[in-house]
Amino acid sequence: MSWTGKILRINLTSGEITSEALNEQWKNEYLGSRGLATKYLAEEIDPACKPLSAENKMIMATGPLTGTMAATGGRYVVVTKGPLTNCIACSNSGGFIGAEMKNAGWDMIIFEGKSPNPVYLYIENDKAELLPADEIWGTSVWHTDEWLHNKHQDPLLRIAAVGRPAENGCFYAGIINDLHRAAGRSGVGTVMASKNLKAVAIRGTLGVGNLADPEGFMKAVNDGKAALAENPVTGQGLPAYGTQVLMNVINEIGALPTNNMKDVQFDGAHAISGEAMHEPRKSDGRPNLTTNAACFGCTIACGRISTIDQGHFSVQNKSKYWGNSGGLEYEAAWALGADNGVDDLDALTYVNFICNEEGFDPITFGATVAAAMEMFEDGDLTLEQTGGIAFNFGSAEALTKAVELVASGEGFGQDLALGSKRLCEKYGRPELSMTVKGQEFPAYDPRGIQGIGLNYATSNRGACHLRGYTVASEVLGIPEKTDPLTAEGKPGLVKAFQDITGAVDSSGLCLFTTFAWTLDNIAPQIQAACGSKWTVDYLLEVGERIWNMEREFNLKAGITSDDDTLPERLLKEAAKTGPAKGLVSQVAEMMPEYYQLRGWSEDGVPTDETRKRLGLIK
Amino acid sequence: MNITLKCFAGLKRHLPPHAKANAAIVEVDAEMSVYQVIDFFKIDREEAYLVILNGVFVCPTERNSTILKDNDTLALWPEVAGG
Repeated sequence: MSWTGKILRINLTSGEITSEALNEQWKNEYLGSRGLATKYLAEEIDPACKPLSAENKMIMATGPLTGTMAATGGRYVVVTKGPLTNCIACSNSGGFIGAEMKNAGWDMIIFEGKSPNPVYLYIENDKAELLPADEIWGTSVWHTDEWLHNKHQDPLLRIAAVGRPAENGCFYAGIINDLHRAAGRSGVGTVMASKNLKAVAIRGTLGVGNLADPEGFMKAVNDGKAALAENPVTGQGLPAYGTQVLMNVINEIGALPTNNMKDVQFDGAHAISGEAMHEPRKSDGRPNLTTNAACFGCTIACGRISTIDQGHFSVQNKSKYWGNSGGLEYEAAWALGADNGVDDLDALTYVNFICNEEGFDPITFGATVAAAMEMFEDGDLTLEQTGGIAFNFGSAEALTKAVELVASGEGFGQDLALGSKRLCEKYGRPELSMTVKGQEFPAYDPRGIQGIGLNYATSNRGACHLRGYTVASEVLGIPEKTDPLTAEGKPGLVKAFQDITGAVDSSGLCLFTTFAWTLDNIAPQIQAACGSKWTVDYLLEVGERIWNMEREFNLKAGITSDDDTLPERLLKEAAKTGPAKGLVSQVAEMMPEYYQLRGWSEDGVPTDETRKRLGLIK
Repeated sequence: MNITLKCFAGLKRHLPPHAKANAAIVEVDAEMSVYQVIDFFKIDREEAYLVILNGVFVCPTERNSTILKDNDTLALWPEVAGG
């Protein structure tokens, strides 16, 4: 029901390709996408394996609503053990390839082993074959996309690919699909390239059906679309301003990490905000933002399509970047902008284009440059080591040169490709890496938003806002407003957001629907597609089960409760301005209550009672 | 007294012509409440969903009783979100 019931298994070592049935029991316990793929990975690999070894596997997975007519039903995930974090990695992407995979008849593709030569996977419904990729190895995602479309003479081919940084071992390379949508975090693209897999190209024409209750599904889906259209966030705010509407909000409340999290407010915030993207440029009178864009089946359309001023220093004589392409989302604009003290919107857009073209995570990249800038200004990095680039906060020139070096893998780009944790360790300043479990923070300062700090510290894929977005409640009042400056009540709030997110991520829907929808809107859609058992209560149980399964994976990988914390800066250096002035993160105070609510021991280990309750042991 | 009024996203249209970067210094009567300022600029009370005074959220039940002071910054948004 709604699932295709089929998995495509690709043994890259032998070249063998097989089809197998989806595990019915696991499907009923983990739903799909993030949950189900993680279950498969946890069962099939040793969590202690090396992420870039042939022993690691990589799974591309859809959810039961992917490819259906449900609004935003186009999501897919990449699940693997991540090289950036040595933890479970699960990166979620929109665009169109998830729906295409489902339309080709596959719930999931499992890649195992390592190909002896560069290859790409070509899928046309039931037909799947590994084809040589020697000609596109060493080229960008955008070049690979064009080459594959030309080769197969099929404009509707959907493509996910890795670029040069992934091949070069950059620890935070992503997998880009449809040119500028990304499974971006934790280095999932690095794993793909380590298997000599350059791209996955899919054409699916079988349709997605097999719904439990087709009439009920159409009603539930239409009710959901009406709710999205009527809601001011999903009906107006996100289409008009995208996620970038947050730049001024978060700066105003004093929680915009600035200059490698030394400060919590950025003077240049407005210049790189969603509002600024609408303002005409002085040079050509055109705004940065051309239009918004939607992923498969999405009725929100938060995506940004932007241009760069052709006279801007970053694109002079580079006509390739003069046209429209994927523009800045809030997280990228923050990491590339405020965190580096750079307020040049065109420069940030250029860097964002390169991150898409070559396939690497702008959050980790931006935060790594920020760490490099702090080390440079402190004298820990010299001009000789940076190849003559002055890495001063505020330097758009350094930022644009840095992105080009990571893209090509040349010079100091090899150091920047390490991510901030390894970079700061290399140059003797480990405390300057703003990471949890090796992954860089997103755009919210835990001193000014206390709950999100606890979520960062406990996120199973390392620091991440998308695992428990308490900002919705603490700042934006969704579903109800809580005080961002207090730790009281936050452990319960974090757990609730984390569990709900686990269920939504496993459905094939986009998390952004939850600005308008609760599980009361989502459960009827899943029930109509998958059967009546998927009630709100059961989805919450599934979300909690997924969270604990991921935790168990990480514990087996070597993570301990000592890793559930934040960098010293956020625990000891108080915010200097804004409402949080004088505050540090109270994550240590919140942790015992969080563990207790989770049903974990004082060491952060799920108790046998919890594991039994969630069916993790029988 | 003078306050800085900031109107973002779809509320920008309520700013006076001299506004720059979604902000303007405006003169209002002393002792005005948050809601009185919002009404003065003909902004729909419900549309001004996110009301932040000097960086701190003012909940709807306190918007009548919260009085502005000289040099305060009042920032307004419709209901927005991102991530």
